[in-house]
This record gives sequence, C-alpha cells and structure tokens, in this order.
Amino acid sequence: MDLKKFYKEQRAQEWRADIRKDIKTKERVSMTRTKMLEQDPLVRNHNGKEVNLGLTEKLAMEEARRCIDCPDPTCISGCPVNIYIPKFIKKIEIGDFLGAAQILKETNSLPAVCGRVCPQEKQCEANCFYTIKLGQPPVAIGFLERFAADYEQNSGKMAVPEIAESNGIKVAAVGSGPASLAWATDMARFGYDVTVFEALHEIGGVLKYGIPDFRLPNSVVDVEINNVKSMGVKFVTNFVVGRTASIEDLREQGFKAFFVASGAGLPRFMNIPGENFNGIFSSNEFLTRINLMGAAKEDYDTPVSLGKNIAVIGGGNTAMDSVRMAKRLGAERAMIVYRRTREEMPARLEEVHHAVEEEIEFLNLNNPVEYLADDKGRVTHMILQKMELGEPDDSGRRRPIPIEGSEYKIPVDVVVVAVGVSPNPLIPASVKGLKTTKWGTIVVNDDFQTSIEDIFAGGDIVRGGATVILAMGDGRDAATGMDEYIKNKIKK
Amino acid sequence: MNKIISKEHFSENVVKLVIHAPDIAKSRKPGHFVMVKLGKKGERIPLTIAGADTKAGTIDLVIQVVGVTSQKLTALNVGDEITDLAGPLGQATHIEKVGTVLAAGGGVGTAPLLPIVEGFKKAGNRVITVLAARNKDLLILEDQIRKYSDEVIIMTDDGSYGTKGLVTHGMEEVIKREKVDLAIVIGPAVMMKFAALTTKKFNIKTFASLNTIMVDGTGMCGACRITVGGKTKFVCVDGPEFDAHQVDFDQMLMRLSAYKEEEAVAYEKHMANL
Ligand SMILES: Cc1cc2nc3c(=O)[nH]c(=O)nc-3n(C[C@H](O)[C@H](O)[C@H](O)COP(=O)(O)OP(=O)(O)OC[C@H]3O[C@@H](n4cnc5c(N)ncnc54)[C@H](O)[C@@H]3O)c2cc1C
Ligand code: SF4
Ligand code: FES
Repeated sequence: MDLKKFYKEQRAQEWRADIRKDIKTKERVSMTRTKMLEQDPLVRNHNGKEVNLGLTEKLAMEEARRCIDCPDPTCISGCPVNIYIPKFIKKIEIGDFLGAAQILKETNSLPAVCGRVCPQEKQCEANCFYTIKLGQPPVAIGFLERFAADYEQNSGKMAVPEIAESNGIKVAAVGSGPASLAWATDMARFGYDVTVFEALHEIGGVLKYGIPDFRLPNSVVDVEINNVKSMGVKFVTNFVVGRTASIEDLREQGFKAFFVASGAGLPRFMNIPGENFNGIFSSNEFLTRINLMGAAKEDYDTPVSLGKNIAVIGGGNTAMDSVRMAKRLGAERAMIVYRRTREEMPARLEEVHHAVEEEIEFLNLNNPVEYLADDKGRVTHMILQKMELGEPDDSGRRRPIPIEGSEYKIPVDVVVVAVGVSPNPLIPASVKGLKTTKWGTIVVNDDFQTSIEDIFAGGDIVRGGATVILAMGDGRDAATGMDEYIKNKIKK
Repeated sequence: MNKIISKEHFSENVVKLVIHAPDIAKSRKPGHFVMVKLGKKGERIPLTIAGADTKAGTIDLVIQVVGVTSQKLTALNVGDEITDLAGPLGQATHIEKVGTVLAAGGGVGTAPLLPIVEGFKKAGNRVITVLAARNKDLLILEDQIRKYSDEVIIMTDDGSYGTKGLVTHGMEEVIKREKVDLAIVIGPAVMMKFAALTTKKFNIKTFASLNTIMVDGTGMCGACRITVGGKTKFVCVDGPEFDAHQVDFDQMLMRLSAYKEEEAVAYEKHMANL
C-alpha cells in the first residue's frame, strides 16, 4: 500500500485528531525536551548499574506532548525499520503505554534494546521536525521508545506475537545476535520450525558479550530472548556451524533454509611494535572477559588484567564501553586515545557525554605508535604521536595526518585496542561457493539471499561492523525473503 | 551438557575422560580441540581432542592438573556432566604421505600427538616417536603410541625409564641416523622451542601445536594471538599447528605467563576451599 496515504488515513483517525486539538502546536513547540533520569556520574563510575534510569510516566507523557504529529512524519524515514513513530508517541500521550509498545513491536522486535543503543541522533531524531525545521532539540524518540518497551517488560503482560499454524518446515540461523533474534521472531510467526545455533555458551551475540550492563542490562536482553523462546524457537548453544556440523550436515537433517548472522567478531589490531605484550587486549577480549565470563566478579574463574592507567584506542561505541568499564573497575586514569577530534568520533553522542561526565580523559588527535614493556613482557608505557586534520577522505571526515617529531611517552598498565572488527570468517570459509567481498562480508541480493539459494545472510556479516537496528532490519527482511523462497520452492 | 562415560587415571595429576559428544566425535580430525567450561562461573579452556569413537559418539580428553579448571575437571566422575563443550575447533593436521615422520611428545603433549601419529601411520608413513617425561610415572599412552609407531624412543629427565636425557637428545639421535622428512612436536612451550631449534639445525620441516591462553576459541578475542613469521596469528582459528621454525616461542612463553600470579592465587584459594 501507498505509505503516505496510509499515514494520512491513520493520522485522520478521531483519537489522534482529538489529541491535536487538545494542545496548540505553538504551545507544544515551546516545551523543553525532557532530561533522562540518570545515576550521578561520580557514583555510577564506581558501580556496574545502568546509567540511565528511564523516564517516569509523567515525564514520558510530557515529552510525548512535544510531538506535533506532523502530516509528513520525516522521523520515520530516519528509522531503519520505519517504526510508526508519531503513532506510538501519541499512544504515550494518552497514557496507553501497552498500546505504544504494541506499535513498536509491529516493526521492531527488540524495542527495549534499540531504545537504549540506537544512534538516534543520526537516525529518527536527526530527521525530526524540531531538528530540521526549528533547529531545536528533537523529540526524545529514543527515550520514549525505551519507556514504552520497559513499561511492557515490567507490566508482566508481554504480548506474545500471534503465530501462524505450524507448517513443519525446519529452518536454522547461525548465530544468536540481534539479526538472528529478529529473523527468528518473524519465521516463528510465519509458522516455521525454527532453530538458532550459537557458538558460545550464551545467547544474544554482542548484546551479551559486548555491550556492558551499565548501558544494556542482560536482564533486559533476557526478557526479549525469553519472548522469542515462548514462540517456540529452539536455541542450541555451544554449536559452531561449519565445525560441530556443516551446513551440508544440517541440510541432511532436514533444514530447508539457513540465515547466516554470524556477526563481525574478528578484532582488528594496528600491527605496531609491542602490540602483543601482556596487558594489551582487543576490546572484544576485554569486554568478553568481563561481560560474558564475569572476570571482575567475586568467585568467577576467568581473570582480567586491570591497573591504574588504562588507555583505550578508538572512538566508537566499543571504545566508550571499554573505557567506562575500565573506570568502573578502578582505573585512576581511564583514557580514550583517538586520532581525530571528539566531533569525529563515531560513538553515540550520549555515550561521549556520559564518558566526559564520568571523568574519562580524552586524548584526541593522538595515535599510538609503539608499546614498551618490563622484562616480564608486561606493558608499561605507550608512545603516542600527535595528529592534525587534513583534507576530507572517502568517508567525508577529515583525514588525520601524523605530526613528525611529536612523539611522547605516557605510562599505561592496560591498553584496550578498539579500532574495529572484521567479519567472522568461519562460515564463508566452510561453505563452498559462497560469494564474499574483498572485505570478507557475505554478498546478498535485495532479499538478503546469498549466492547459494537456500542460504540467506544479514547483520554485521553482511555489513561489516554496523548497528543493532540495521542487523535487526536485515533479519526481518531476510525472513520475508526466505518465506517467499520456500513458498515458491514448494509450489514448483 | 555432555556426560562423562569413563575416567582413567594416567598418573596422580593426569586423567583421561571419555565424554559423550556425538556431533564432535563425528566431525573431529587429528589436531582439533574443544573449549570446555564448568558451571556458570567457570572459565573457558581449550583442550586438544586425544581421540574419538564415532560409533559410541564419544571423545577422549586428557587433562593435567595445572590450575583451577583442570583441577575441577579431573575431580569429575563417571556420570557427571560437563556444562559447556564446544568444537571441534582449529585447523586439522595436514596429514599426507611424506616418508619418514619424527613425532615428539612432551608430558601430556603425548595425548594430542596420539591421533596425529595414528593418522600419519595410516597414511603410509614410517613413524618414529620420541616420548619425553620428567619420570616414568608421568609417561602416558606409551602402548597406544607404540601401536602406531615403527619405533618409540623414551626419554626421562631422571633416567627412571628409557634413556636419561631431554627430548631433543632422542630426536637428534634419529635425525643423525636416518633421513627425516617431517617433524611434529607437541608439549610444553619450552620443549617445543628447543625441539624446533634442533630440527632447524638439520633443516627439517617441523610443525608445533601451540597451547596458548584462549577465551572464546572461535577467533573473536585475540587472547590466543602469537607472532608467526613476523605476523600476528590467532592460534584458535589459524592454528593450533604452525611451522615451528617461524613461531616466536619467547613471545609465547611470555604471553602464557600473563595471569600466572592471578592463577596461583585462585588455585590456592580453590584448593583451600575443597
Ligand atoms: C562493545 C560494542 C558496543 C556496541 N554498541 C552499539 C550501540 O550502542 N548501538 C548499536 O546500534 N550497535 C552497537 N554495536 C554494534 C552491534 O552490536 C552489532 O552491529 C550487532 O550486534 C550485529 O548483530 P549480528 O546479529 O549481526 O551479530 P552479533 O551480535 O555479532 O552476533 C553474532 C553471533 O554469531 C555467533 N557465531 C559466529 N559464528 C558462528 C558459527 N559458525 N556458528 C554458530 N554461531 C556463530 C557469534 O558467537 C555471535 O554470538 C556495538 C558493538 C560492540 C562490540
Ligand atoms: S528504532 Fe532506533 S531509529 Fe527507529 S525510532 Fe527507535 S531509536 Fe529511532
Ligand atoms: S581464543 Fe579468542 S580469538 Fe582465539
């Protein structure tokens, strides 16, 4: 159906027209954006609890009033899964919070997660009427999404999506990150017999082993996973597809189609002298030891190196998570080392603000060139080189250029390298004839189908390191594509 | 969950467990390893698969007590379950007919060496195996190794069995006596370092199976990284076997000691609690 027409009809519905009459637009735009309730920065940087405490019902309803219910809702086009934003916000305005959650879940299977980790300032909120036309702070769409999703989670009235009659057709996913969870939800809804294979001992992918509890509590992720389980989806942990069994073996076991969502798990290093000294980790190792293996908790067997001076190399979400974690685990000096300026850092804006409040040091326009160690091979110092910005590069950001002779030395006890990840090579290497790009990502068509007809793929393994919402969107589109593929196949 | 089917003590601190794991038993090849985790609070450790029975759907693991997790594993009994077991991981040994293969196993390194020796023998090679241990009691799997070797040379540090001396002495004896086409060494890092230096002197192509620290075992973290031929490699996905003459064993020894202090403290605490 024509979306514009659909939005217009929906907007004309009585309940929405009534709300618009309640408060004049002029009055709405004069209200100020609500502030997220947060733990005090100097308290939270010593505990592992969630930083953002959420909005109260009152604050959420007030913020919802700021949304003027535009005739042409530009925010929707900024959302990769096209959440029907004005409608869910107006539901909040009238106090129908469960109704708001329902609307979110029509297009987003993990709203409690996305409300917390989406880069809203680049997506929906960047396209909000307030941002583009008024030059004012946008409606806090992310906060409201989180509010409605949390409200539903806490209500004990989680709606299990309606499931079509079982068709008995077996389908499988490789990996259990957000792409896979979204795919599984839709496939279960369509009536398939769904199994998700995960290499690790925990379900959730990066949501569990990467993003820390202070930003995305595991309990929030678990509610979503249990919801998927309640739809009949089977999860098999400790199962490495391509190793424990191959895709070919699984075909023989009766699986009719596969969704590969194995993520971009391979950490990159910088290949500079001394990088293999002890005390230098990839961010994946640092965060996995702490988040997945419980290294910093009493009685857990996995150790992790800590120290007074911890430097994290990089400017993305992974770098912010690592440095803030280091601070929480007692680092006196927790530093970000990034080769461009703070403005160019790819991390979510909110995380950078939070890091500043938490007394994280920022060494911008700096780049490590070498590490030094003691006689036992434990890192003691890093040599940094200063940078300046030159002409814009392919990404449109100004290219950092080293300043010769600017090298200097600082003491470090632990270094975390967070300069990006590459696609997990296991599946591409184990499936003959699967087309990949020169970066190792899997090639797919518009239906997320790969060069092998019964294998679909999505999320970071297709995009390289991307975002939760894009991975989820891929999962949903792949489910639609796969359903079509199977139906056509049966018809023949 | 994977059930323990049988348990055998090779010595006081070395135990063989036969574990029900049909998928892994079917897929594994010589050289592969598994990741093992015990309980919710356990750590993940790599263990090389020492053998498998596809009919019974079981794999063999040989475990030496070196820390908390290996102690907990060896304390398990028949009927107990292993919480998490994932694999087979790593690249399989490249087995082919090369002529004469010199295999060297130090300590529990003999366990992962067994399927490789078996493989090379079955591929039609002449296989000479040197087994080394501190003393007679610590020598394991001698009979099984003999079954697939044309000759077995035993070396002990104290001379309590076989010849007194280091593994390298036994290896050199063979190399000086006859033409060796390929050498395989598995054991403690120091032993592999010196075994590699020995074969290098004689220009014999040599593989070593590295037992670095690992976390996930699937290429996700880089904890297992090591310099091979000047390049950083991930042992869990690029290895565990590498050209022994290219491996930076000093770096490996250094990286293996990363958590020595933490591990010693944890081990003492664990033993005190038992
Ligand atoms: C620390 C960190 C912070 C981040 N912060 C944000 C953020 O704030 N906002 C945001 O939008 N994005 C963020 N991201 C990125 C986001 O998490 C990813 O884009 C997203 O998780 C990708 O989802 P996925 O489903 O493709 O893969 P993943 O979440 O990576 O899941 C892949 C899963 O597949 C498993 N697997 C791999 N190979 C196999 C196999 N052969 N057999 C079985 N299982 C296999 C892996 O073990 C893993 O569990 C962050 C990433 C990290 C690391
Ligand atoms: S899912 Fe992300 S982009 Fe879409 S509305 Fe929510 S916060 Fe915005
Ligand atoms: S153990 Fe994590 S990458 Fe090898």
